[in-house]
Amino acid sequence: MKVTTIPFMAMRKVVACFSVALILISLGSLAVKGLQFGLDFTGGTLVEVAYDQAPQLDDVRQLLADNGYDDIVVQNFGSPTDVVVRMANAYTPTLGDEVLDSLRNNGEVSVTLQRSEFVGAQVGEELREQGGLGMLLALLIVMLYVAVRFQFKFSLASVAALAHDVIITLGFFSLFDVEFDLTVLAALLAVVGYSLNDTIVVCDRIRENFRIMRETEPYDLINESINQTLGRTLITSLTTLFVLVVLFLFGGEAIHNFSMALLVGIVIGTYSSIFVAANLLLALNVTREDLVPTPKEELEDELP
Amino acid sequence: MLNKYPLWKYLLILLVLALGLLYAFPNLYPDDPALQLSTQKATSVVDQQTLQKAELALSKANIELKEAELTSAGGTLRFNNGEDQLAAKPVVAAALGEDYVTALNLVPTTPEWLASLGAGPAKLGLDLRGGVHFLLEVDTPAALKQRLEVSSSEMKAALRKDRVRYRSVSIADGVLSIRFLKESDLALAEDLLKGEFAEYRYSTRQEDTDYFLDVSFTEAETKEIESYALQQNLTTLRNRVNELGVAEPLVQRQGSNRIVVELPGVQDTAAAKRIIGATANLEFHLEAGLDDQGADVETLSFRDGSGRTARLERDIIITGDSVADASSSFDENGQPQVNISLDSKGGKQMTKVTRSAVGRNMAVVFIEHKSRSRFVEKDGKMEEVRRSYSEKGIISLATIQTTLGNSFRITGLDSPRESSELALLLRAGALAAPIYFVEERTIGPSLGAENIQLGVTSAQIGLLVVMLFMLVYYKVFGIFANVSLALNIVLLMACMSLMSATLTLPGIAGIVLTMGMAVDANVLIFSRIKEELANGVPSQQAIHSGFNRAFTTIFDANITTLLVAVILFAVGTGPVKGFAVTLSLGILTSMFTAIVVTRSQVNLVYGGRKNKKLYI
Repeated sequence: MKVTTIPFMAMRKVVACFSVALILISLGSLAVKGLQFGLDFTGGTLVEVAYDQAPQLDDVRQLLADNGYDDIVVQNFGSPTDVVVRMANAYTPTLGDEVLDSLRNNGEVSVTLQRSEFVGAQVGEELREQGGLGMLLALLIVMLYVAVRFQFKFSLASVAALAHDVIITLGFFSLFDVEFDLTVLAALLAVVGYSLNDTIVVCDRIRENFRIMRETEPYDLINESINQTLGRTLITSLTTLFVLVVLFLFGGEAIHNFSMALLVGIVIGTYSSIFVAANLLLALNVTREDLVPTPKEELEDELP
Repeated sequence: MLNKYPLWKYLLILLVLALGLLYAFPNLYPDDPALQLSTQKATSVVDQQTLQKAELALSKANIELKEAELTSAGGTLRFNNGEDQLAAKPVVAAALGEDYVTALNLVPTTPEWLASLGAGPAKLGLDLRGGVHFLLEVDTPAALKQRLEVSSSEMKAALRKDRVRYRSVSIADGVLSIRFLKESDLALAEDLLKGEFAEYRYSTRQEDTDYFLDVSFTEAETKEIESYALQQNLTTLRNRVNELGVAEPLVQRQGSNRIVVELPGVQDTAAAKRIIGATANLEFHLEAGLDDQGADVETLSFRDGSGRTARLERDIIITGDSVADASSSFDENGQPQVNISLDSKGGKQMTKVTRSAVGRNMAVVFIEHKSRSRFVEKDGKMEEVRRSYSEKGIISLATIQTTLGNSFRITGLDSPRESSELALLLRAGALAAPIYFVEERTIGPSLGAENIQLGVTSAQIGLLVVMLFMLVYYKVFGIFANVSLALNIVLLMACMSLMSATLTLPGIAGIVLTMGMAVDANVLIFSRIKEELANGVPSQQAIHSGFNRAFTTIFDANITTLLVAVILFAVGTGPVKGFAVTLSLGILTSMFTAIVVTRSQVNLVYGGRKNKKLYI
């Protein structure tokens, strides 16, 4: 791939508007609709069963209602023969087996238990807190590392870009009512790692160019750095997206949302490492002096 | 000369790769589902005859057996798949009878020479293997309350002995309150108890005309009791899980008051839960005489539902804790019974009490601590409210014919199942404090097998797609990158096996994701080389500076991802932890393969030659 000369920086106002709009939509959706938390975070009971023949969901609902289970959600899971029953409240240790018994309807229907899960409300709340805490901790540690290895402005820009990715991915999950469970949280943290990886490659180039191209203004220098790394950014994103699409298509229901979160996150992450991080660096008024040691220090270095 | 590795470097790389292949190799030999036969009695052994008996029963039941062999620990029956194994367990157990223990197990098929080097396949998580995961919470307040109750009778006795007059004793919210009428009694009691029971904190208060002495545990003592209750419960749960006959179970403490129990391969979760969570215990009481009155007597009903009741002394002769061994069988009328032998202390106590009580009735009381949990809406949030209660019922009330010693039997049980479970619980010991299930996950074996299949398929397709892309885009250098990528997966699997890390479905997803990301380092290097070539740098110089200049970038980018993966490991549970493990291992191995292994190939092919055109 030839090194391109796309005027990324010239587009920065349009791009900034676009990003701000996405973030506002995401935050709006998160505030109004919230996230559709999965069992891991809400607590409750879930029973997944496989029928030999696809049942009518209404019949299943009716059957369970007749057996005294109210406030339940019955859905297909992946295929018409797989059915998931969710219950928000009331747990006794044998509930999963009782539901299975009810579904078998005195042995009339052949049903096998695929999985049953129960998470106590207390545990759910703890997992939620722990997850949020983990996310904040991840951002903080990343910020520190980048501040030490690069410079404070870089760390601010990259963490802002990460927050941008996380918020928009969360917004996507909220807007489209995709269930948010523990694996999605894991995917989100992986997105942080991945998107950071991209951002650091760009920042690294900017730092290098500040040392080499002494005469160039930051505006042009950043633009050129992005162009130089564009090929790599796109190819890596492409290979990663390939495997993610494979996971999404062939990985099965259990990691469907997980791969979806990664797909969305990595698309946004690629966009943000090209546009957002560099854009912010310029807005933070990054200069050569921020990175290149002052001549005085260099002199000292040369002393025997 | 540029781009030449010394010989030792090549050898070192080859050595690492050879080790990687060696330790990743066993993963091609998946474990066999098997039944492990063993015996607990000295009188019976597992021998060729036992195996033949089992084989016969299996062929009658039309279950295909793969192999039967004798091992040092007993016998092993291997099966072709998990369904056969599950179907075989009850068949074999019935054929061999009660003297033998049949446990579900996974037996490695790793060739011996590999196994002798410590190589073995990676462990599979519950989501790939099927099984049950429980998270139990120990009710530590209940443990504290139990301790306070014991102390309260000791304190009462001490007060009575020194003739200090108290009005009443009550326990609420972890505080024991003793009520006095006179301030002088309060002062006396405080002095006395402080001397004898130093592990408590004392405070006094006055309400209307009454004086109260409030007794509560010091913080250190509270911690001690809680930690003891947890430790005791861990031991009991381990015993119970062992009694269940599960291979490779996990019983582990988590945090200050939780216990994780993982039972791979267990299908009958209802039975597992009943036995793990059972808080049943036995108490032996004497029937109260007609002149016994008031607080020292309690009236209990029989468990058979007949509505009969009996008045019993509150004093306990012994509890189930003194039971050394218990087994279930049938009495002469075909009714289920439990044979009990007591430990020496329990036996002495039993002899002491029954010697002076021949002709009186003794009751066996069955106690079960239960809890009900309901969700209640509070301030717009659903909250779980737990209420615990105990159920006491008399199993049997029989006349003491003679002085009882170390061993005796109890009858009056509902069913053979109840007698065998009671025997099991008595053997395994009682829980020191009630426990609650706060999380439970069951995965059926078919779902597990399906998950493996899905994971492997996506890994294969993913690998193929990435390799094709690299080949088309980078030509010869693409081949280098692909060789490194393949070796990366081998090394990753070898690391998983060596660390005996657990592979989960998200873990497989992590491996697939690593494939996509592992080529990143090579992409970075190759783009640099291309750039240098475009600037007119000679090919050898381009390779050299391409690798060198890309290194810091790769390093910084990977270290930060690694940091995030470590956090993920700390935050996540179960399957998510598996993802964090493969992700971080993948980052480390990919740095080695993408930088060192790719470089060695490039050096081998292009190094030290002149003016060669680079196919990149």
